[in-house]
Amino acid sequence: MKVLDGLYYSKEHEWVKITGNKAYVGITDYAQESLGEIVFVELPEIASQLNVGDVLGVVESVKAASDVYSPIAGTVIEVNEALDDDPALLNEDPYVNWIAVLEFADDSILDELMDASGYEAYCSKEE
Amino acid sequence: MIQKEKALIFEISRPGRFACSLPECDVPQKDLSELIPGELLRDSPPDLPEVSEVDLVRHYTRLSQRNYGVDAGFYPLGSCTMKYNPKVNEDMACLSGFANVHPYQDEKAVQGCLELLWKTDRLLSEITGMERFTFQPAAGAHGEMTGLMIIKAWHESRGDHARTKIIIPDSAHGTNPASAAIAGFNVVEVKSDENGLVNLHELEKAIDGETAGLMLTNPNTLGLFEKHIPEIARMIHEAGGLLYYDGANMNAIMGVSRPGDMGFDVIHLNLHKTFSTPHGGGGPGAGPVGVVKELVPFLPAPTVEYDGQRYYADYTRPLSIGRVRSFHGNFTVVVKAYAYILTMGAKGLRQVSETAVLNANYVLAKLRDLYHLPYDRHCMHEVVFSAENQKKQGVSALDIAKRLLDYGFHPPTIYFPLIVKEALMIEPTETESKETLDSFIKAMEDISGEAKQDPELVKGAPYSTVVSRLDEAMAARKPKVRYMPMSE
Repeated sequence: MKVLDGLYYSKEHEWVKITGNKAYVGITDYAQESLGEIVFVELPEIASQLNVGDVLGVVESVKAASDVYSPIAGTVIEVNEALDDDPALLNEDPYVNWIAVLEFADDSILDELMDASGYEAYCSKEE
Repeated sequence: MIQKEKALIFEISRPGRFACSLPECDVPQKDLSELIPGELLRDSPPDLPEVSEVDLVRHYTRLSQRNYGVDAGFYPLGSCTMKYNPKVNEDMACLSGFANVHPYQDEKAVQGCLELLWKTDRLLSEITGMERFTFQPAAGAHGEMTGLMIIKAWHESRGDHARTKIIIPDSAHGTNPASAAIAGFNVVEVKSDENGLVNLHELEKAIDGETAGLMLTNPNTLGLFEKHIPEIARMIHEAGGLLYYDGANMNAIMGVSRPGDMGFDVIHLNLHKTFSTPHGGGGPGAGPVGVVKELVPFLPAPTVEYDGQRYYADYTRPLSIGRVRSFHGNFTVVVKAYAYILTMGAKGLRQVSETAVLNANYVLAKLRDLYHLPYDRHCMHEVVFSAENQKKQGVSALDIAKRLLDYGFHPPTIYFPLIVKEALMIEPTETESKETLDSFIKAMEDISGEAKQDPELVKGAPYSTVVSRLDEAMAARKPKVRYMPMSE
């Protein structure tokens, strides 16, 4: 299982990368591995306002459809449209292929998310 | 050799070959463009297959032989209750008084049909502890939507417009949250506890003044009985909500316990599961919805009523949610279920559930040493294993399911419920003999051995089927839904 340093991780297996006041959000390697081959990704609407824990999108695999929860509050300013045509990108590299970018005002929630080593420990407990 | 034949009807087509010979046309021929406006006509004739009668018959006979159903073999698809469909049910549904009536016939001429609907309503009400049923919903999820619309109508009739949330446990059938969303509710998920039951503490946190109701399957999809149901019902009712019973697992409790007595207010039944009518491609289904007394005014109109002398459809129901389907739903399915209930009788139905539970526990006891049992205790009508032990050798639940095809069995449900990793959900039903169960158990034992000794063998399965492992991801990502000639 791949975990990258410098990202924030949620218990629902999303990652967040912070660049200025922008947050890139995606699903983790653990998430794509447990979902199996991903066949469809539902992206959020641009300009939609999301609170922490709101449904940001849906990832559908041959096994199941799973909601992706927003780990941070903000406004969706960009979505990864490449996932519409090629949802398998999430299997190939879930860290390069983010799902959406949120512009946020308040990053205090980041304190509640895990860092790479914390997330790794969390996943090994899940196993 | 014939069994391996995979050609499509288009591929065996040869120009000019045909299966009929029509006499010369004896009326004056007209050009099509004189009869139909040019813009509605095709530019070129459609690409229809041209085959002889014998090739046509062989082609479709071959395809029909590739069907697998309960008439062909064991079908332990969890949560689907693939029990045998007694053929006497079909005889009853074929009686001309049922099969050859028209829904617009005068009520006087279809008294028998209305009587059957009325009496099935009485029987299902007795079995479930409800007051009245509607037969309009065409299947389970349709029943869920209907039930949720009734819940909504009830709240609104009381001037309570704040009830926007439906609480659903994480072990629920996927149709539950989907139906709730379609009916205009927001879904609040409640996690299961370590015993696989609704977590009462989490439930308490989820309940508030916006709670319209709770949807629950009992026994749940782990095959476990929600023993705290009286407590759950009290919590929901005290908060002003209603309880919806997903009847998919009714086969476990008939004649033993009743949803009405557990505190449920609305229920759907799947006649094509519990009441032995054909399921899946053999359908259609029927998802009658039953309600407690207070909710009867909200049932879809018309209901079937009896005034002591005649049966009639009652359309004057001001609080009704309205029609959810034409006429009285899939009527002949109700005929089959009625035939089944009368065949079995009260004692027989209880025996159905007892045997269904016994069969599932037999499979559980026989396979528990080889397959991981995430919730280790007696189950109800179905048992959920996990392929975690086999996964250590790289063999997944999917691989085991595919390998079962080589052993001649329909696989169980896999990867559901979602809260069990590598889930294998086995529902044997009451209609299977010990010998059938034993041969299935033997196959599962053999596959477990193969997973240890030769995991690649299992991962490459199936080998004996007409086509080998299909690319499910590609089928979902880039589906081909019609024949395309090579030239296109």
